Amino acid sequence: MATTTSPPASPPTLPRLGLRGAIRWVWRQLTSMRVALMLLMLLAVVAVPGSILPQRPQDAAAVARYLADNPDWGPLLDRLGFFDVYGSVWFSAVYLLLFVSLVGCILPRIGAHARAWRARPPRAPRRFDRFEVHETLSTEAGTDEVLAAAHRALRGGRRFRVEPGEEPGGARTLSAERGYFRETGNIVFHLALVGLLISVATGQLLHYRGQVLVVEGRGFANTPSAYDTFDAGSGVDTASLVPFTVELNSFTASFDSAGRPTFFEAAVSVTEPDQATRDTTIRVNRPLDAGGAKIYLAGNGYAPQLTVRDSDGNVAFEGPVPFLPQDASYRSRGVVKVPDVTSGDQIGLVGYLLPTAVITEDSAYSAYPQPGNPVLVLQVWRGDLGLDSGVPQNVYQLDTAGMAQVSDADGTPVTVVVPLGEEVELPGGLGTLSFDGLPRYVALDMRYDPSLGWVLAFALTALVGLAVSLFTPRRRVWLRVASDGERRTVEAAALARADDGGLAGEVERVLDAVRELGPWSQPDPDAAPTAAHDSEDVDEPR
Amino acid sequence: MNLGELSTIVVWGATTAYAIAFGAFAADLARRAEVASTKRVRHTTPVLAGALVSGGEASADVAEADADLDGLENDAADGPADPEAADDAPDGPDVADELPEYRPGKALGIAMSLTTLGLGLQLAGIVLRGLAAERIPWANLYEFLVVGTFVAVLTFRILCLRRDVRFLGAGVLGFSVVALGLGLTAFYMPAQGVEPALQSYWLVIHVTIAVIATGVFTVAVSASVLQLLKDAWEQGSPRLAHPRFRLLGQLPSVRSLEALAFRLNAVGFVLWTFTVMAGAVWAEHAWSRFWGWDPKEVWSFIVWVVYAAYLHARTTRGWSARAVAWFSIAGFAVLIFNLTGVNMLLGGKHTYSGISRSQG
Ligand code: HEM
Repeated sequence: MATTTSPPASPPTLPRLGLRGAIRWVWRQLTSMRVALMLLMLLAVVAVPGSILPQRPQDAAAVARYLADNPDWGPLLDRLGFFDVYGSVWFSAVYLLLFVSLVGCILPRIGAHARAWRARPPRAPRRFDRFEVHETLSTEAGTDEVLAAAHRALRGGRRFRVEPGEEPGGARTLSAERGYFRETGNIVFHLALVGLLISVATGQLLHYRGQVLVVEGRGFANTPSAYDTFDAGSGVDTASLVPFTVELNSFTASFDSAGRPTFFEAAVSVTEPDQATRDTTIRVNRPLDAGGAKIYLAGNGYAPQLTVRDSDGNVAFEGPVPFLPQDASYRSRGVVKVPDVTSGDQIGLVGYLLPTAVITEDSAYSAYPQPGNPVLVLQVWRGDLGLDSGVPQNVYQLDTAGMAQVSDADGTPVTVVVPLGEEVELPGGLGTLSFDGLPRYVALDMRYDPSLGWVLAFALTALVGLAVSLFTPRRRVWLRVASDGERRTVEAAALARADDGGLAGEVERVLDAVRELGPWSQPDPDAAPTAAHDSEDVDEPR
Repeated sequence: MNLGELSTIVVWGATTAYAIAFGAFAADLARRAEVASTKRVRHTTPVLAGALVSGGEASADVAEADADLDGLENDAADGPADPEAADDAPDGPDVADELPEYRPGKALGIAMSLTTLGLGLQLAGIVLRGLAAERIPWANLYEFLVVGTFVAVLTFRILCLRRDVRFLGAGVLGFSVVALGLGLTAFYMPAQGVEPALQSYWLVIHVTIAVIATGVFTVAVSASVLQLLKDAWEQGSPRLAHPRFRLLGQLPSVRSLEALAFRLNAVGFVLWTFTVMAGAVWAEHAWSRFWGWDPKEVWSFIVWVVYAAYLHARTTRGWSARAVAWFSIAGFAVLIFNLTGVNMLLGGKHTYSGISRSQG
């Protein structure tokens, strides 16, 4: 059995053990309770830095900022894995060791537990009076009657396993034991943790997820290229995703009088392969199921519908442009890139959408998230947008390297202000801009993870195993009946594992069954214990 | 005055009742100390479980039977735990049985009545708050503190029905008064609705169980602290030499305190396990991933791991009951940091407190 019993005092004698001995020694250390405990504490400690430092999988931009702000130790931390703690070698090493230890610890216990299931309750100890819980009474009922009553009380409902016995002195005994499930629960709990780890790891391998921004009236198909960002585990064949499509019919948002959101709902039409199109909704806590994947409502905003005509009067741009909300009032920032002008400079527009605009001499802000008075406030750039360089660009950022801001005669940048439904001249003779509509968009998170059901199942199994393990009382009860002419002396003792407040009650219950049989009396508890049952062989281990 | 304001006033009332009750519990402890010092008893129950098996060769019987029982569960580990860890010892006497003779005075009666009154007021405050906000009233840090202390005091009050643990009153109520005071001043938020991300019955389940677990852990840690104090006093620690510490002699034995802390911590641990799982289910619904190592998730995980270590330490050979109690205290410290510090210092997606740095 993989146990460690080496007391701390005896120094390890590695040299004489040889390689196999050394391996065995390491294994025994690893699977010891003491090392498991150390690894658990270590796991708690190594988890901490990930909550303090920015983490790349969660917020890559924050990591980049941190590195820029801390050029001295930032790169060192980076090399040591501190910006992806939960994927780092050292964090993985700790939990993998812990799980190796767990398996090495639990597997032998399964064997031991199986043997315990088959074993009978141990025979009655010689003397009961040394037990914390013990009691003696004297009754006129017959031995068989007493034993039968006690047997019934022990078995009835409480699932004691009962073993009758007879002692050389003629006394009859009952040995009873309950609470085998305590250890079962413990084993189930630990194994379920292993199952949990394996299913999470499998999920890492087989999952894929994508994010996409969808404007009202538009949709997307489930292919990697349709998503704005897409990543998949190494076990996923990205060419064979279930080809469902989702179309956003409308999006409803409501806010309370103070502008706090109260309700978001996206009405969508979903088409799965070989199925009729169905209309359904996505809400914040109610993802949509499609093609085995789940689609979550992750965000929302406005996508002003714009038309830009160039200086020649041709339509150079037409369509909705998503603006990203910057605050609770949905003051939203966006960029319009107009590369396809017939002649002259390309155009870039940068600025804000104010859904309920309040514009004064020196400030412009949005008073409410709903579109009460939508106004665009934009600055204008001209020149080369840099889109032909082949380097992918962020659609929410204007690369101004090849551009100049359009200013008026005294050098102050020109700001164009466009209310919804109006058309304005762009400065510098660049053309016109009209603000034709204000559809909303939603940001959707699509996630496919076939392991979720397993993760949940193992988590629940662990929970049940844990509760069974911690709350199942483990008890032994012994009864000895000695016949003394007219009367029977009935002794009972009980022992529990862990702190068990109900132990004395258990013995009472059994003795009550005996008391019901007929007249009984209780000997003086201070009287010397009966030693009549002493005999040679009782102490022998089984 | 609207319902929300009324709720706040009622919670102030509860806090006041608890503060006075705390004073009365403290007075009672002082009186216990006085009684103890007039009796001149230095109550030195041996700490070892061996006390239950009063020596002699006959104790081999118990040891054998016990080792059997133990072996079934423990021999894949380090064998029977240290007797001081108390787990493998036969069942200990009930806490109440061990109290040396002490007839409670008026102070204790007043303290218990005020505790019950405070509980009633606090319950009213919680219900009013729920009516005012039209949702379950535990969605920000202020409300969390109000409901958490309610559960802690309620747990204490229910324990009192089953056994005499009134000596815990000063600890539990002192903690609750501080937490409520902080809630009403530093973390106060007027009653209002919650944003769509929080509109889920998983929020109700997750946070409710978290609050209950916190309350149970609070009572458990009080027992652990008393256990350490009493232990040090029995060892004759010079820092506890003042006669007022004789009241420790009036408390149940170190072993009983340890057993009490264990049972409560075990309940708390199962509840916390469930809290973390329900939180993961909720995150899966709301944020499209069940686990994302958000600071709050990290620290909930750390709390869980530390309490798991506590349960292991209890069954590991060579760990004294004193060391185990420190695990219980460490777990509680991490729990409290998770409730407060994480929101204030580390940010993240869990912005319910209304005081966190970043917006989810
Ligand atoms: C992922 C790491 C682990 C966690 C979270 C964990 C958690 C727990 C918890 C909560 C308990 C108490 C509840 C119960 O009795 O079922 C427990 C008990 C136990 N654990 Fe673990 N465990 C871990 C790893 C290990 C390892 C590596 C070992 C082996 C060295 C181990 C051996 C035991 C034993 C023997 C018990 C039973 C103690 C008793 O009899 O009361 N565990 N564990």
